[in-house]
Amino acid sequence: MNDLTNKSWLNWFRLASPSAFYPVAGKLIPFFWVLTVAFGLAGLWVSFFVAPVDAVQGQGYRIIFVHVPASWMSMFLYMIMAAWAGIGLVFNTRLSAMMAQAIAPIGAVMAFLSLWTGAFWGKPMWGAWWVWDARLTSELILFFLYLGFIALQASIDQVRRADKAGAILALVGVVNVPIIYFSVKWWNTLHQGASVSMTKSSSMAHTMLWGMLLMALCFWMYAIAMTLMRVRVIILERESHTDWVQNLKEVKG
Amino acid sequence: MNAFFMIVQRDLLLVMRRKSEVLTALFFFVIVTSLFPLGIGADAALLRKIAPGVIWVSALLATLLGLQRLFASDYQDGTLEQLALSPRSFVVLVLGKITAHWLVCGLPLLILAPMIGLQFDLDSASLETLLLTLLLGTPVLSLIGSIGAALTLGVRGGGALMSLLVLPLYIPVLIFGAGAVYAKSVGLDVAGHFSLLGALLILALAFVPWVSAAALRIAIE
Repeated sequence: MNDLTNKSWLNWFRLASPSAFYPVAGKLIPFFWVLTVAFGLAGLWVSFFVAPVDAVQGQGYRIIFVHVPASWMSMFLYMIMAAWAGIGLVFNTRLSAMMAQAIAPIGAVMAFLSLWTGAFWGKPMWGAWWVWDARLTSELILFFLYLGFIALQASIDQVRRADKAGAILALVGVVNVPIIYFSVKWWNTLHQGASVSMTKSSSMAHTMLWGMLLMALCFWMYAIAMTLMRVRVIILERESHTDWVQNLKEVKG
Repeated sequence: MNAFFMIVQRDLLLVMRRKSEVLTALFFFVIVTSLFPLGIGADAALLRKIAPGVIWVSALLATLLGLQRLFASDYQDGTLEQLALSPRSFVVLVLGKITAHWLVCGLPLLILAPMIGLQFDLDSASLETLLLTLLLGTPVLSLIGSIGAALTLGVRGGGALMSLLVLPLYIPVLIFGAGAVYAKSVGLDVAGHFSLLGALLILALAFVPWVSAAALRIAIE
């Protein structure tokens, strides 16, 4: 028994090596794509056909089913990216730095999507594509932070220095995430307050909430699948000199 | 502490030998702020309203100009490596270099700002607030900027990249700095703005020297 638990622990840490992680990630990717499509279909069905029309905002509110999950993911992915970057910095593990590098563009896309769908929502509701509201501005900064991280990593030639410099930048930028999250509370500006909270029951209709949660799960699965795909490519790129990559079926052709 | 003052003194001496670099950033500040009335029009009421933002944004950009030189020449001639290897605390030495940068790039802005403010027809109360916000804010600019300067050290296209990294992090300082002057000019309470600027300064002082030192160690590794 003791032997078994020891082994499973060993197996976990074995995955920190790119050569061990590469095939596992490959096996997991189809699984997460299936979940993405399943949650996506269910979420879209609930959000378009089941969820009621909003009393105040009419049909226009339905963009919430993309807007809110995208915003959540943009913040969450930043935290995950910074965490991987930090782990890479402290323990000098190669795979964690690759994970951070893989997550960054996905997070940037999520932040962009959040801003863009927000603009689509803002135009009919507030009469403006963009206002300099605290939450919008801080989300924009988050987008810039992602771009900065990507640009910094791309412009440093030595891989290890790029990883470490990116990690420091990612960790410094974490300061912004709580600012976005609490911005609707701290500054009472145009952006509406949070409709979903951990501490009190939701202020929205249950079907709306379900639609949003299903879409959030879909975005989650998408982000995981994309990260795994991207990290596999990064592993191939960085480990291209090693034997195990040279012997891969897909590399040999 | 002695090492700290030695570094400040050395960097100031180096700057005094090559004054043109400092003056460039200062003239940049004066010229950029003077361009706004020409571009927007000479409506005094409008100028009064945009003055805090214009002066603050120009101060950000002028600081950015000076940042590129913060570690670059020491990096090129190997001094930085010697500093990192020295038995003195590298963090203190880095803080010394940042302090010298503020004395050269931040402090002169403070001295020039009232003159620019007068060009924009600011009243004396607003000018006073502007000076105080710059006094609290420009050290934060130098501190945060040093992280960007350290991260992009020796990187091709480093200057443009540094603006991309640093400017987003400058936004809070800009919001509260310019916000305080604007609030003062319309007769609102400015204590909150000053508390937040002070908090930013304390936070930056507490963490940035370590972060910059770590980033520099990565660069010279």
